[in-house]
Amino acid sequence: MLGQLDLSVLKPSLPFLWTGLKFSANLTLIAMSGGIAIGTLLAMARLGKSRPLTAVASAYVNLMRSIPLLMVILWFFLVIPLIIGKPIGAEYSALITFTAFEAAYYSEIMRAGIQSVAKGQVMAGYALGMTYWQTMALVVLPQAFRNMIPVLLTQTIILFQDTSLVYAIGAKDLLKAADIAGKNYNRPVEMYLFSAVIYFALCYTLSSIVKRLQIKLAVVR
Amino acid sequence: MAMIEIRDVSKWYGTFQVLAECTSQVEKGEVVVICGPSGSGKSTLIKCVNGLEPFQKGEILVNGIGVGAPGTNLPKLRSNVGMVFQHFELFPHMKVIENLTVGQIKVLGRSRDEALRKAHALLERVGLKDFEQKNPGELSGGQQQRVAIGRALAMDPICMLFDEPTSALDPEMIGEVLAVMQDLAREGMTMMVVTHEMGFARNVAHRVIFMDEGRIVEDATTEDFFGTPRSDRAQLFLSRILRH
Ligand SMILES: Nc1ncnc2c1ncn2[C@@H]1O[C@H](COP(=O)(O)OP(=O)(O)O)[C@@H](O)[C@H]1O
Ligand SMILES: [Mg+2]
Repeated sequence: MLGQLDLSVLKPSLPFLWTGLKFSANLTLIAMSGGIAIGTLLAMARLGKSRPLTAVASAYVNLMRSIPLLMVILWFFLVIPLIIGKPIGAEYSALITFTAFEAAYYSEIMRAGIQSVAKGQVMAGYALGMTYWQTMALVVLPQAFRNMIPVLLTQTIILFQDTSLVYAIGAKDLLKAADIAGKNYNRPVEMYLFSAVIYFALCYTLSSIVKRLQIKLAVVR
Repeated sequence: MAMIEIRDVSKWYGTFQVLAECTSQVEKGEVVVICGPSGSGKSTLIKCVNGLEPFQKGEILVNGIGVGAPGTNLPKLRSNVGMVFQHFELFPHMKVIENLTVGQIKVLGRSRDEALRKAHALLERVGLKDFEQKNPGELSGGQQQRVAIGRALAMDPICMLFDEPTSALDPEMIGEVLAVMQDLAREGMTMMVVTHEMGFARNVAHRVIFMDEGRIVEDATTEDFFGTPRSDRAQLFLSRILRH
């Protein structure tokens, strides 16, 4: 069967696959940035003194972490148009869903990161006259972030792989592009295989970078 | 008016009373050493002075401003009160020089240039002018503590709080830190110093406070304290500590 692979169909479909990959990459980067930003706020809420805020943030994080991602993707796709009263398209729906979903996972990482910063550091910030927000922004979060870079990146690699699930709502990511191209040329095996190679190459490269970073950070500490 | 006025301060952790009716004051330009056994509430008391720890009873005034009073701008008050910690607590993600400028720029709103000028002068003063581009982790404990003192001084504080500034240091580095503190005292800085360095207390302090189980059991001039401490606990403590 492998001998019958017709790789010549790859070349003409490259531009199309590239568009799909670009969407996957954009989705990953936006969900990562948004997810880390919102996740950091969620983590601060969970560690903060306000009981109601802590409760709301915990409920949100636990809810998101208990539902399969695919269901969240489908639910958001159905529910968001009902809430805002007009369809927003699979791509925007995917962006919102992934940001909201990943925020829960990033928040757990940032929570551990914030807790990894010594309590004396917070005291030192306050003692200089910094407000809560200044202490967070200037003292705690930079250290939390630095301590957590490898874990944050690892989560991002998982996120990148998970973006292939938007296939379910028809958003044109790399997998969907491969699917369409495969149907056009009637060569689905070649297309799926090729997209798998791309996923593998990117994720493997990123993991190696994370590993090297971990070693480097360990040496610094 | 005293620079620091502590009136009848009590504090509880749950049902455990850490501070019991503590009363004392520190005049402008005065150096007061606080000593006492471990767990007697020295750190807690000194952290109450700049509001890092809340207290349930009594009041503390710093330069006339109530620390626990509603409506007090605590960050502003703290920016006027320098604090030096046992474990230095330099910001490890910033260079030495940034440790001295961050508060000036972000809290006091000074320009970068002004903050740098001040930081340079202070590093020179604590004998570390060649270290400004280093990371705190590259410095020895004694050097880190001197930077920490510089960081506090950069805010032009009206008084300084020290919580066992030398007890995490190797013996050979204690002297360099005490020397900086001694200079500061000579220049008239108001200082509250938790320390077991009795040599420093004898030579530099005007008064010595002895704490035990959350209470201030001795509050005497340095002369009186080392001459005739009144409580048995203080005598026992002194005899133990002065033996080595
Ligand atoms: N956050 C806390 N919760 C409960 N107990 C505490 C806390 N911090 C300190 N303590 C207790 O308060 C007492 C006084 O502590 P501290 O002020 O650090 O003493 P010192 O500095 O004199 O060694 C100790 O018995 C300590 O165990
Ligand atoms: Mg202590």
